[in-house]
Amino acid sequence: MDLSFNAEERAFQSEVRGFIAKNLTDEMKRATALTPSVFSDPDIGMAWQRALHGRGWGAPGWPVEHGGPDWTPAQRWIFETECARAGVPNVNVMGVKMVGPVIIGFGSPEQKNFYLPRILSGEDYWCQGYSEPGSGSDLSSLKTRAVRDGDDYIVNGTKIWTTHAHHANRMFALVRTSDGPRQQDGISFILIDMKTPGITTRPILTIGGDHEVNQVFFDDVRVPVANRVGEEGKGWTYGKYLLEFERGSGIASAKLREGLRAITELAESDLTGRAIDSPDIATRISEVEVDIDALEMTELRVLSALQTGQNPGAVSSILKLRNSEIRQAVTRLGVDVIGHDALAVEPMRPLYKLNHEPALPEDMLTVVPEYLNGRAYTIFGGTSEIQRDIIAKMMLGI
Amino acid sequence: MDLNLSDEQRLLRESAERFVAESYDADHRRKMANDPLGFSPVVWKQFAELGWLALPIAEEFGGLGGGPIEIGILMEAFGRGLVSEPYVATIVLGAALIDRCGSTAQKQASLPKVADGSFKLAFAHSERVARFDLAKVATVANKTAQGWRLAGSKIAVLDGHAADEIIVSAHLHDHHGPSGRLGLFLVPATAPGLVLTDYPRLGGGRACDIELSGVQLPEDALLGNGKNALPAIEWAVDRAMAALGAEAVGIMQTLLETTLEYTKIRKQFGRPLSANQVIRHRLADMAIQVDEARSMALRAALKADNAPGERARAASGAKAKIGKCARFVGEQSIQLHGGMGVTEELEVGAYFKRLVAFDTLFGGTAHHYARHAQLGRVTQPG
Repeated sequence: MDLSFNAEERAFQSEVRGFIAKNLTDEMKRATALTPSVFSDPDIGMAWQRALHGRGWGAPGWPVEHGGPDWTPAQRWIFETECARAGVPNVNVMGVKMVGPVIIGFGSPEQKNFYLPRILSGEDYWCQGYSEPGSGSDLSSLKTRAVRDGDDYIVNGTKIWTTHAHHANRMFALVRTSDGPRQQDGISFILIDMKTPGITTRPILTIGGDHEVNQVFFDDVRVPVANRVGEEGKGWTYGKYLLEFERGSGIASAKLREGLRAITELAESDLTGRAIDSPDIATRISEVEVDIDALEMTELRVLSALQTGQNPGAVSSILKLRNSEIRQAVTRLGVDVIGHDALAVEPMRPLYKLNHEPALPEDMLTVVPEYLNGRAYTIFGGTSEIQRDIIAKMMLGI
Repeated sequence: MDLNLSDEQRLLRESAERFVAESYDADHRRKMANDPLGFSPVVWKQFAELGWLALPIAEEFGGLGGGPIEIGILMEAFGRGLVSEPYVATIVLGAALIDRCGSTAQKQASLPKVADGSFKLAFAHSERVARFDLAKVATVANKTAQGWRLAGSKIAVLDGHAADEIIVSAHLHDHHGPSGRLGLFLVPATAPGLVLTDYPRLGGGRACDIELSGVQLPEDALLGNGKNALPAIEWAVDRAMAALGAEAVGIMQTLLETTLEYTKIRKQFGRPLSANQVIRHRLADMAIQVDEARSMALRAALKADNAPGERARAASGAKAKIGKCARFVGEQSIQLHGGMGVTEELEVGAYFKRLVAFDTLFGGTAHHYARHAQLGRVTQPG
């Protein structure tokens, strides 16, 4: 057993560092630090995606024939860790990490040829049409319907919590094409051009004051049958495959550590009257840091299993659950660290383009919004309650 | 970067798990709980034959040259069977201190005998007023014409009753008075002036308090050359905490499995307990915490030979986190067993008590989060 990286891996690490140093602008870095929602806005996120694509690193998890870099699990770990340390933009995952793998796994040759290069280059910007007002954790009860009419489906219904629908030019969606004996039957996976007539998008502001999610309405929207991925009625299988990607990208500890570092720096600063001198705060910082250490070790154990071709199993649910809980612990700690400054609200967005002097020091601007928006971490991508159901079923067999 | 077990490590795990599953059953544990010795000399001899006593000892002194990872593998298996042999006292603490601090002659005199099972050790360091502060020692060793004279009291000495030789820490006082250095002394269990009060230990095994009133020792009873032993003590205790953490993981794993089985069998309101979501989620949380504890024990073992600051933070982090997980998993195991969990009729309580003892030993969760905080801020990973 060995925690250290070998010479080849260390060489790769310095290659990644070099790439970041050359391509990560101060503007991107500042914008990322001042974004209290999950993903960077497209102007920032896609600028980074283009830089990655230019280097052949646009889609780390993809097979080589579709433009993946053919990295080992250790290389992916190094890449993700270096990116987190440097504070690179949080690229919207709906393209590269979500719809991409589904198209690669189940799409037609035409779909692969058309969509994959546009995901890599950032030309297409994707959103995810899964949840509906009546279908949250019980996702397969979804009611948005696609009725066949010649070479088209006619789609009616509504999707909700659609991240960046207001920026996206494409959506992948689960829609009902028939009614089977089980509610999971009769769901299909389709790709929708967001400029199609009949689509309207309503913004939803989250409690941190950010516009990241939306509700999308479909009113007789025509989608070519050729835009269906895989078989009609098998969409649930593809959708679940994607959710496993959403949960188990498996490398989250480095980002958590950066979050804690920022909070610790605030706690050590005169701006907070050195909050860290309170033994309670100091101990809680340690408690969260140790939780991150544990998560990191679990990630590395999974990585080691993957390197030798073993299947890590339901541990991806543990990773998702702990990552979301620790993220919330970090942001909660942040609010306590800044003390009275938690009272000041900055309503303007984006925070990196304010045209007035904010009421708070810049380092504190995102603290409360991140805590508030961060309540969603244990809700999206399968709530913590659903993750515990999965762990009980898959790991414990009950 | 590779956290997979080597073939040798896998074999060690298999043989330890097999031994514990086959030889260390409930009857044996019950017998040991009422045994005045607290462990079985026959089993100790088997440990020697299996090479487990020689495991971490250097090859030149009859050992196998293993490290913290191998110790962790063994300790996890020991935890599964609630093994009560004095392995931590003799091997993880005693042999390690002699190996680190002793002269070649001192190592030659005891380590081969430890490896073959004919010699047992203990480590007497904690004192009542010191609580968990390793630097706080009131016991004094005065330099005399013939050697050293020790006076003081020690508490919570693990398995001291079984030791042939007890390693005692004391402040060195030479002819000029206090030197400011701690020393470690090899004290024969039969030394005049040494009084040992022995008691059964929570969760199995035994411990004792020791009174040293003018214990006369020869010159060469001092381990090594008399330089300050505090760094070595911290090193040994950090490693012991990693080893005990692995043992706690084994205990928790057994509790999780036992509790899981029970909730599948036990029926109330016409269905198994495990059919209730509140129970399923509790078990999921227990499984998560066992896994987190496993990660932390492994982490502490992997960093046991790193620079002192990093090693100590990993050890304290592991001790704090595993202690927290252990209390949760232990308490919930009892809760989910209902009234039966509170009785001596099931073994759940025995496993739980060992976890409580683990959390207390060398300082509990609160102490180690505080030590972790004191040792530094957010460090770089990897």
